[in-house]
Amino acid sequence: MNNSSFWRIALPILSVSSFLLFWSWYVHTSDVSAFVLPAPETILKALSEMIFDPKLWHHAKITLTEAVSGFVIAVSLGISLGFIMARVPAVEWAMKPFIVLLQLVPKIALAPLFILWFGFGLESKIVIAAALAFFPVFSNALVAFKSVDNGDRDVMTMLQATPLQRLILLDLPTALPVVLTGMEVSVVMAMIGAIVGEFIGGSEGLGYLAVAYLQELAVPELFGVIVVLTLMGLLLYTLIGRLRAWFAPWHASAEKA
Amino acid sequence: MSDLSVEAEAVEVSIRGLTKIFGEGEGAVTAISDADLILQRGEFLSLLGPSGCGKTTLLRIVAGLEFPTEGSVDVRGKSVWNRHKRSKAATKPISMMFQEARLFPWFTVAQNVALPLRVAGMPKAQRIERAHEICETVGLAGFENHRPAQLSGGMRQRASLARALVTDPQVLLLDEPFGALDAMTRDALNMELMQVCARADVTTILVTHSIAEAAFLSDRVVVLAPRPARITGVEAIPFPRPRSLDLQRQTEFQDMVAHLRTALVGGAE
Ligand SMILES: Nc1ncnc2c1ncn2[C@@H]1O[C@H](COP(=O)(O)OP(=O)(O)O)[C@@H](O)[C@H]1O
Ligand SMILES: [Mg+2]
Repeated sequence: MNNSSFWRIALPILSVSSFLLFWSWYVHTSDVSAFVLPAPETILKALSEMIFDPKLWHHAKITLTEAVSGFVIAVSLGISLGFIMARVPAVEWAMKPFIVLLQLVPKIALAPLFILWFGFGLESKIVIAAALAFFPVFSNALVAFKSVDNGDRDVMTMLQATPLQRLILLDLPTALPVVLTGMEVSVVMAMIGAIVGEFIGGSEGLGYLAVAYLQELAVPELFGVIVVLTLMGLLLYTLIGRLRAWFAPWHASAEKA
Repeated sequence: MSDLSVEAEAVEVSIRGLTKIFGEGEGAVTAISDADLILQRGEFLSLLGPSGCGKTTLLRIVAGLEFPTEGSVDVRGKSVWNRHKRSKAATKPISMMFQEARLFPWFTVAQNVALPLRVAGMPKAQRIERAHEICETVGLAGFENHRPAQLSGGMRQRASLARALVTDPQVLLLDEPFGALDAMTRDALNMELMQVCARADVTTILVTHSIAEAAFLSDRVVVLAPRPARITGVEAIPFPRPRSLDLQRQTEFQDMVAHLRTALVGGAE
């Protein structure tokens, strides 16, 4: 291990632990109420009790299911529609007004409407997650499929490739790195969608659990839920990074993952 | 006469009255006007001319990548263009190599070289074996599992040549394939190209702006001139084959280069 790689590991550990120490010191020395800001060790203690409670994992599973389902729907629709619009200009012209409008609507504002249409169960949260996760994948896919090089297409034309062969051997591999970047944003959006859905109308999931803890003024537990949600987001984000290393190892962006 | 029919059978590519105009009205550009060319089977023909005289356009029309404004192109008796539609049957025997290597970065060298066979539906084991053979032929042995990004410019063009040859094409179209390479790599690749073409009875059209390259490789050199883009002369290159790099140092060769240079300058006036 050389000098710089030592500091690469030592410095983040140092900065995070100083931050936690300062936080703890501040809570204990100032007169801030424990209801407003609990000390990190209090949160840790609450969390360590929560993780042995099956209730937490039940709610976590619900939120994960909603977010992942919404994400998968968003990715499938985003890639398909992006491809069709990139290849058939008429479809792009026809869809443009809807796309622009939908892009401008704050999607979160549609959440109550989706609850009204799809009920208080998982379905409405999946739809909200999908609605939020759709645009990052779709707009990246549209740009990526449009950017397929004409010279590369000439290569496929000379080989008498069928449209399906072009898609699999040229368009998808070209688009993949850019689409994956969109997916990294999307997966976080899907999490937000699922949680917001649970906030405003639900009886299950980590979003619901957070609201329930708030009403009980169980602030350390509320922080515990936030930590679990963050870890879940991190897990999904890392998974996309792994996908990049598996599916697009030739691309420079794979090395960051 | 029987003589004529034998000759007609050996015609591989015939280009008649070919004209291409890009755009309309004021901004229209005549990229090639009223070109006629007949290529015999196995012939090596070069298109020589300054940039902008329509060489790429001519080649792309033969390849079926650009439709002609007027005139026709037949490959092995089949018309490449039916109105503005590319004929798959006519273009099937054609392979084209572009100025850039145009390898796909998501494939290894072997996968890139095997791509034409994959598209044609050949089973994996078989096509990879064939790709390895052809890599050996063009001096890429040992690089089959590299990615294109790991190769030098010369190696990439070798891979691109291998991909063009892997289907055993009958007509090979080369658009300044070695134009971006240094002189030594270029000489080496030209030698390989000549050997490959001699072995496989393939008919070749090479676009180049190097007079020496055209004189060295070709059976005939077509001289083009710009503004308006047109064919100004066709010169036969009588040097016997096989040719070696030594040929380039002989006076006959240098006379031929001088002659072609005069033809180029004369055509431009
Ligand atoms: N797709 C195109 N659209 C408009 N003009 C073109 C196009 N392709 C080529 N041209 C024009 O046609 C002329 C011949 O081009 P090209 O065939 O590329 O010449 P060369 O290969 O001999 O350099 C040039 O003036 C060029 O600008
Ligand atoms: Mg050119």
